[in-house]
Amino acid sequence: MVKHVDAIIVGAGWAGSIMAKELTEAGLSVVMLERGSERTTPVEGAYPESIDELRGAIRKRLFQNLSQSTVTIRNTIDQTALPYRQLAAFLPGEGVGGAGLHWSGVHFRVAPEDLRLRSAVIERYGEKFIPEGMNLQDYGVSYEELEPFFDKAEKVFGTSGEAYRVQGKIVGNGNVFSSDRSDNFPLPAMKDTFSASVFRDAAKNAGYHPYSLPAANASRQYTNTYGCQMGPCNFCGYCSGYDCYLYSKASPNVNILPVLRQEPRFSLIPNAHVLRVDLDSTKTKATGITYLDTKTRKEHSLSADLIILGAFQFNNVHLMLVSGIGKPYDPVSNTGTVGRNFVYQTITSSRVWLPPSTYTNQFVGAGGAGVAIDDFNSMNFDHGPLGFVGGSPVWVNQAGVKPIAAALGAGGGGTPRWGSAYKDSLVNTYKHSLGIDAHGSNMAYRDVYLDLDPTWKDAYGQPLLRMTFTWKDNDIRMNQYVVSKIEPIARAMGATKMNLVHLNAGQPFDTRTYQTTHLGGGAIMGDNPQTSALNRYLQSWDVSNVFVIGSNAFPQGMGYNPTGMVAALAYWAAHHIRTTYLKSPGPLVKA
Amino acid sequence: MEPTLNAPRRRSVVKGLLGTTSFWLASGNARWSEALADEAAQPYRPIFFDIAEYQFLEAACERLFPADHNGPGAKTLGVAEFLDRQMQTPYARGENWYMSGPFEQGPANLGYQLPFVPKDLYRKGIAGVERYARQQYGKGFAALSALQQDEILTALEGGSVQLGDIPGRVFFEQLRTNTLEGAFADPLYGGNRGLGGWIMLGFPGARADFMDWVNQEGASYPIGPVSISGETA
Ligand SMILES: Cc1cc2nc3c(=O)[nH]c(=O)nc-3n(C[C@H](O)[C@H](O)[C@H](O)COP(=O)(O)OP(=O)(O)OC[C@H]3O[C@@H](n4cnc5c(N)ncnc54)[C@H](O)[C@@H]3O)c2cc1C
Ligand code: SF4
Repeated sequence: MVKHVDAIIVGAGWAGSIMAKELTEAGLSVVMLERGSERTTPVEGAYPESIDELRGAIRKRLFQNLSQSTVTIRNTIDQTALPYRQLAAFLPGEGVGGAGLHWSGVHFRVAPEDLRLRSAVIERYGEKFIPEGMNLQDYGVSYEELEPFFDKAEKVFGTSGEAYRVQGKIVGNGNVFSSDRSDNFPLPAMKDTFSASVFRDAAKNAGYHPYSLPAANASRQYTNTYGCQMGPCNFCGYCSGYDCYLYSKASPNVNILPVLRQEPRFSLIPNAHVLRVDLDSTKTKATGITYLDTKTRKEHSLSADLIILGAFQFNNVHLMLVSGIGKPYDPVSNTGTVGRNFVYQTITSSRVWLPPSTYTNQFVGAGGAGVAIDDFNSMNFDHGPLGFVGGSPVWVNQAGVKPIAAALGAGGGGTPRWGSAYKDSLVNTYKHSLGIDAHGSNMAYRDVYLDLDPTWKDAYGQPLLRMTFTWKDNDIRMNQYVVSKIEPIARAMGATKMNLVHLNAGQPFDTRTYQTTHLGGGAIMGDNPQTSALNRYLQSWDVSNVFVIGSNAFPQGMGYNPTGMVAALAYWAAHHIRTTYLKSPGPLVKA
Repeated sequence: MEPTLNAPRRRSVVKGLLGTTSFWLASGNARWSEALADEAAQPYRPIFFDIAEYQFLEAACERLFPADHNGPGAKTLGVAEFLDRQMQTPYARGENWYMSGPFEQGPANLGYQLPFVPKDLYRKGIAGVERYARQQYGKGFAALSALQQDEILTALEGGSVQLGDIPGRVFFEQLRTNTLEGAFADPLYGGNRGLGGWIMLGFPGARADFMDWVNQEGASYPIGPVSISGETA
């Protein structure tokens, strides 16, 4: 007998945990499966063992163990993709909490025009403005529709920030480009580190509009909507890549799971690697899932009425492909949707040196804290004469720079990477410099996509996912333009030296250096089943009892960090499952 | 009490701990940091590297990270000891790397594609550099002048030397990465002796509480470093 539950959730990150909470609230019995191990802050986050750079961010103890499964990567369609053998460019999560345990906590909403970027670009510049081969698409959902769910997520995450406009009234010094909010942030903004305060003043002097980054790091003690508690963040600097020892950084483990674990209708199975979603013979209905217990190496099946994939962007796409959910995308015939519009972000980090009497104390920091400008993000500036689509926020987000990372990154670009001269520059850079990022959008292209690799397999015998990805001219020029705007800010800071880093024409994506873990698309939402794998409720067009929650739904990579949007989409989908789908299961949108 | 009998016994316990995957991936023993700190206080005899390999490391790491006016170099910081200890961890066995074949070589930007884990890279890489040193200068690496050693390291970094089946540049990057780790990791791993690496950078180590130091208008942080085991400087 195969065990039956109302709903199965794959993945115990933010997406999975939010859906599990919502569906148990709706009265469903829920099983959440997680391929990695159990994780709780008293164990993985305990001080001082967690305050260990070698074991943490360098040996990467909290991230995905690639020996079991990875992806292959190539830049162009005519290359052989090769396995991503060592973690570098992106750091996927594994274990209960997913990447939500070790993220940084920059917690954005969305720039409203990014949700309808195709329409906005056409309205302003005409259809011809969109370059050949760019799959520019709208999400099929508006900011106004999502607003209640952004608000709900911020109150669960305990987000610190300063609003600009609430219910039509200007209330503070927040981001002037942001849209109306129904309510303020639950917590006041994080304090500016010294480097962020220098950036704030300089950006203002240069004529821009600085604002405090919204941070899911608690600026004060907080009890969230579910009754879960957070302590105040002390800017310990062991944030990005670490489990917060002070319960100050929002995570599924701290903000949702403590209440979910007490719910009798809910159970969590760790060390359960889901191999596939099982479909009936029509391939239009899922009957359950099959997973491997990674401890015993035994396969088990579970049956359910509703399946939620929350295994992270590319794992969701992988599960759809190996299960036969929807039609795989083929870039040559330009048909199919699963794997289409694979996107990332276009990011470069520049460096500014202040005089030797000034100490930037880069080890002080919090993952989500900082100061940003949106003057060159989204549609906030005139793209007409520039001829590219997209943009970047620019910010100082000092998350805590630790010595091994600083040492590995110092030197290069014509300066020594070892020896005494290298030590000089390392010491000077560590003590007196600060970083400024251009954290930009990344558009979708016909020949940038995901499919199954023909050669390499994971430890369970399944084909690896293959990424075909490189930087394209539109995004490179966007990055160059935005980085050129950093120079006046750096001058206003009193820079003694600057190293402005931008992408160069023709530069291929390099898997060896960290970008972000903000991968997107591949199973996108939209209003047309020919060009999107999911409808506007993140429901598979093809298998209506499967919902696929994550940044896989983004048609374009946006300048903002993705998790705030992922959380809002999860609450949005859950709302429509609860209010409509459960009453009458079936497609929520007619294909 | 025979200290010579005592020390090795303790060492083997800690070594066993370090070698387990669960130590690195999960939090196994609650007392591991104390055990490791104790271990760090003992004089060190290499376990993975033989004496000649260890001499190579002491010499090469010191050139990469020399003692100078900024502060101590790799030798004083115990980087070679750090490297030897790391060779007994899951990292050295490539346990977190995807190591399934086939191993095809491709453009550098698609990342590492060799069938070797760090242990192999060191064994083969050191032997290769020693061969190269004898060929070019007629002596082993450790016996060469600093200038000659720098010439070899420069050639490795530049990519013009092949060390058997390992590109010289790959070995160079492995050695540079682990050397810098040894200079700046918490001293419980055997390097960063006396917190010398952290003092050089003004890094406070495991303090991890900057409530009052979020913004002090560019003043230098006044408190010295502390390690996980509580060592201060
Ligand atoms: C270092 C770092 C810093 C970051 N900082 C930020 C930030 O500041 N702001 C921001 O917005 N975002 C940030 N991110 C990104 C953020 O972590 C992710 O967007 C977010 O956690 C994604 O949530 P998710 O639930 O979709 O996926 P995940 O958190 O990845 O959870 C998916 C879970 O599914 C599990 N899983 C996968 N496949 C299977 C399978 N077959 N069977 C069973 N389980 C499976 C995984 O093990 C994982 O635990 C950061 C990421 C990293 C790595
Ligand atoms: S910086 Fe703040 S939120 Fe981040 S880990 Fe430290 S205490 Fe937690």
